[in-house]
Formats: sequence, C-alpha cells, structure tokens
Amino acid sequence: MAKFLRINMTTQTATYEDAPAKYALMAGRYLTSTLVADQVPPSAHPLGPNNKIILAPGWATGTSAPTSARISIGAKSPLTGGIKESNAGTGFGQQMARMEIQAIIVEGFPTTPGKFWGVHITQNGATFFPADEYAGKGNYEAWRKIIERFGKKADVMGVGVAGEKRMTNAGICFNDMQGRASRYAGRGGLGAVVGSKGLKFIVIDDTGAPPLRPIADKDLFMQGQKKLTQAIRTHDITKPKGGLNTYGTAVLVNLLNEAGGFPTRNFSSGRFEGAPKIAGEAIFEGNKQRLGKELYNHACSPGCIIQCSNVWHDEKGQEAASCLEYESVWSLGANCGIDSLDDAGELVRLCNDIGLDTIEAGVTLAVAMEAGLAKFGDGKAAIKLMHEIAQGTPLGHILGNGAAFTGRAFGVIRVPTVKGQGLPAYEPRAVKGIGVTYATSPMGADHTAGYTIAPEILGVSGKQDPLALGGKAALSKGFQTATAFIDSTGHCLFIAFPILDIGSGFEGMIEEAAGVLGVQWTAADVTRIGEEILRTERKFNEAAGFTKKDDRLPEFMKYEPLPPHNVVYDVTDEELDSVYKDM
Amino acid sequence: MIQVRVRLYATLRAYASQQKLGEPQIVQLPDGATVKQLIAALGIPDNIVRKVFSQGRAVEEDHVLRDGEDIGMFPPVAGG
Repeated sequence: MAKFLRINMTTQTATYEDAPAKYALMAGRYLTSTLVADQVPPSAHPLGPNNKIILAPGWATGTSAPTSARISIGAKSPLTGGIKESNAGTGFGQQMARMEIQAIIVEGFPTTPGKFWGVHITQNGATFFPADEYAGKGNYEAWRKIIERFGKKADVMGVGVAGEKRMTNAGICFNDMQGRASRYAGRGGLGAVVGSKGLKFIVIDDTGAPPLRPIADKDLFMQGQKKLTQAIRTHDITKPKGGLNTYGTAVLVNLLNEAGGFPTRNFSSGRFEGAPKIAGEAIFEGNKQRLGKELYNHACSPGCIIQCSNVWHDEKGQEAASCLEYESVWSLGANCGIDSLDDAGELVRLCNDIGLDTIEAGVTLAVAMEAGLAKFGDGKAAIKLMHEIAQGTPLGHILGNGAAFTGRAFGVIRVPTVKGQGLPAYEPRAVKGIGVTYATSPMGADHTAGYTIAPEILGVSGKQDPLALGGKAALSKGFQTATAFIDSTGHCLFIAFPILDIGSGFEGMIEEAAGVLGVQWTAADVTRIGEEILRTERKFNEAAGFTKKDDRLPEFMKYEPLPPHNVVYDVTDEELDSVYKDM
Repeated sequence: MIQVRVRLYATLRAYASQQKLGEPQIVQLPDGATVKQLIAALGIPDNIVRKVFSQGRAVEEDHVLRDGEDIGMFPPVAGG
C-alpha cells in the first residue's frame, strides 16, 4: 500500500499514513504540484510555517526502466512567489519508490531558531538526529561526513550554507553515484524552504526493501520499457558515444553561439567570442590533454543509459568540478564574459559547495558585473563574489538572493528574469518560442518547462525557424503540456529527444507508467494529465496574486536589439496570453 | 572558384583539417556549389550532418554558397 511520510519539524516526529485515494494515480510533478496546491495556502510566506516541501518519485522511478531516477520536489517558491517544481537525478527517489513511499511531506516550523536536524529513513522507520555539527560547512565535506556516518548505501538530500541562511537562490542538493554533493533540484530557491524548517538532511536507506517497486501490469510495463530503451539506444543524440555521452550537454555551446542565441555578458549579445573555449568539445579535449586519455561521460544517477554527466580536471589531472553542464558553463562563463573552463569550473564547484543553483548564480553575477561589482570576464573577481555568499556577508546575502534582488539593490535595468527567476541559456530574442515558455510557464523563466529549442535549434521533432513569429504560442503550449507529464514519469527530460522523433518510444513511456499503475493510457492521457498539472499550478499562482503582467519577458528585451541578428522580442502580449487562454 | 570558411563541431571534428577549437578551415569549391557539395568535399558521409548555419541562420543542403561565406556544421546534438 502506497504511503505518505509526514515529517513534522515543529514536533520532530515522522509518521506514515495511507495515501488518500485521490492521489493514487499521481507521481512526480503531478503529485508534488497537486499536494502543494491542496496543502499550502497560496498566500503563505514561502519561508514561514505554512509552506511545505513535498518530495515524490515518478511512476517509473524504482523500476528497471532506463534513465528514470528523477525525484520531483514541490513547494511555494521564495524566489518567484509562485508554485515550484524542481527535479533532480539521484538514487534517493528510487529508494523511496522501493520502500513504497509515494511522497514525503515536510511541514511545520522549528521552535528553536538556528538548530538543524537530520532525518534518517529506513525500513525500521524515520528518526530525527541533531545535524548542527554539519551546518556552516561546505557541502562536499558535509556529504562526505554524512555518507561516512550512514554508509554508502544511503542517498542524501540536503541544503548547504545558502539554504541554512534562507537565501532565495538556495537549491536542494543530492549526492551523485560517487557520493559527490553535485546533483541539484536547483531552481526556485527550494533550499531556502528546507533551511527555514531547520532541516539539514534527509538520509534514506532502503536495505531490506524489494529490489524493484511494485508493478500492477508487468507485461504492459515491460513492453513499454523495451520500446523506450530501444528508442534511447538508437537515437543519434542519446546513443552510447553519441553527442551527449561524449561532449555532455555543453555540446550546445557552439550550436547556440552559431545561431546567435547564446546570451553573453548579461544578455547584451547573442554571440560570445570565447564560446569554443568553454564548449563541450573544449571540455573533452581539455580532459584528454590533462589525463592523457579520452574520458567519456558517466551516469548522474543509477540506471541512466544516456550518461551525460562529466568531471572537469585541473592541470595536474585531479578532479576540479562536476558537473560542467551547458547551463552552468554558460551562466558562469559566457554570461559573465568568462572564457576559462578552470574559472567556470571553480564557480560550479563553489555553487555545489555553498548550495546554489548555478543558473541563478551566473545570472546574478552578470547583473552584479553590470552594476560594476566586477568586470565582465574577470573570473577571479567572480570567484571572490561567490565567497561573499559563502561567508554570509551583507553583499553575499544580496547576491545569494538572486538576480532580481541584486538588480534592485544596485539599480540595474537589464535584469533578465521572469517572475523573479533568472533566464537560462537561450536568448529569447533570437529564439522566439523559448521566450513564450519563459514568459508563461508557472515556474518562471525555465527552459525545461517547454523546450521549444528541440525544433527551433536542434532539428528534433521537426524544424522551426527560431527567428520567425507565428505559431510559437501553440508550440510552447504543446511542449509545456508534454513536459508536465514527462516530469511525472520520473524519467529524465532528455528522453524527450528520442521519443519526439521515434513514435514507439513515446508509446513506451506511456505504457511504462500505465503498467506500473495498472491502467490503460494513450497519448490523449498525456495531454489530459499534462494540462491538468499546468492548470493546477496556474490556479495556485493566480491565487497567490499573479496576473497577465507576470507572463512577460523583461522590458529591455522589447527595445534593446540583440546582436548579431539585431532583433528585439516581438511576440505579442496577445499571443503570450493565448497559451493558457483555453486550457 | 569560391572560398568558404567552415567550422566543424562535435563528432564532425573527425573530418576537420583544422584541429584548433573554433578556428575555421578554408575550403575551395566551384562557383555555384551547394552545402551538399561542401559536405562531400569535406569527406563527410551522407546523413551525418544535422544542422548547418550560415551567418547565424540555419540553411539546408541545397543552399548555394557565396564566396567568403561563414559556415558552421553540427551532427545531431542536444543538451539542456
């Protein structure tokens, strides 16, 4: 019987309850967003007693399905003030699923400010332990110690100094398969919510649980798994030693740069002259030179067959940072005018160590550079600013609260945020459809919420001219809807590349989920469930005070032409509003 | 004859004469040559090139090249 684990931070108690029937068919984002909508008042202060943190594995998580170890986390976001779902690849959700914990609900509020607790979940129950000795430390050290204490079988969720200090760019951190504190549900400041509750860690160890979660219809599930695996294994993008496995996600750097859509120096240009130096090809070549051999990428979480996670090595061949993703080398590289992988790598390492979202951190640093706190391109100065955050100085608190807050503190006009959240690594003036997603997603600016880049730039799922107007609202709506479903499956969003091109892979994803639940679903159910999730999230945001004016890109994008195409953002407000008009 | 400047990315780098990252190589082609002919001239097999950019715009294989044109070529890649 599926159960919820309720962790009460007021009383330091953890109790299991039967999951109400209403939620029986929900998982991942479907479940976390619905539970947040049902249990968190939209007017609640995100760092106050009435907010909750919800964790849920996807339908396929904890099964033998490939690349299915995503855990979804939901809460009201202190960064956007709206509902937030952020997910990460980690063994944590798989252990939850095998223990038949459908959701963990963290609620209540500490009675002793400044005190931190950990919760240890095993088959024998969930127990609290004081975690003050781990507070104030870097995450690499803290995770090493906590894994030493609880054993390598344990997966650990937690927050760093940024979360402890309730900074609104604090992410939620998980260990990777080597125990590194490097896998993040980064976006939206959910780490600050965890910190506000006096929670430092949740440690899970399912020793004694069955090796796989229960599956209602095994034949249907296995049929789906086979189709999906085949699609991932054969698609050019996701196959072994394909683009992702060799070069990592940063293989996109040169592509977006060629397309003139690579945001540079705080979104003042779409092209960066230093792009080739920070691209996936440079990571691959740099590692090869420093290690004396080719290094292919590894899985971020158990059971991933795409394997796009990397490690950057220093001049001595020692590990410097993991993972140098596209978004991170962009935000902490090009967006700050930095063309050194060593500097960008150190900034990634610091984000992981302090407990920050790399996208928001880089967008914030660039706004700080615009404000004159450092020069664009000065990696060492950027590193110094990151240490201000780690030390919790007044300047560090400003920077740790993200780009919008920093922009306001220093009177900067060019602040690339929507709903208070920093824009990711695709320039909407040069790629119109992704701008629709940034503007209208209930999550704030988020490329993963509706990745129109696939047809606009990659040539996946058809081809669309990124600079052309017309049809971009419908495109974004379709992607946002499908994504809400994929975020509920527990699969990494990267399965979208093969399943958008290979129809049987798409069927396989649906059959897996339906097989786990023992239902009959078709493509129509993907749309039905995706739209239901989006409606739930949208309704929460409206009740929290959001209106149409929040579904807009920053004003400067409408009057500052972006080189090299010299275009402004010209999708009309009416078209933006059409995305959710009839949903 | 025309000359075009070509940058090959990701796995296409195996077909590049210029190994320095981001630096173009110069290719000479007859007048009126297309992207398809350029791909053949580089020794790249059919169906490996997914995206071709000219001055920041995606072009197809039948695109007729001009003297001095800047071209970037990619195999199927993705990320996020």
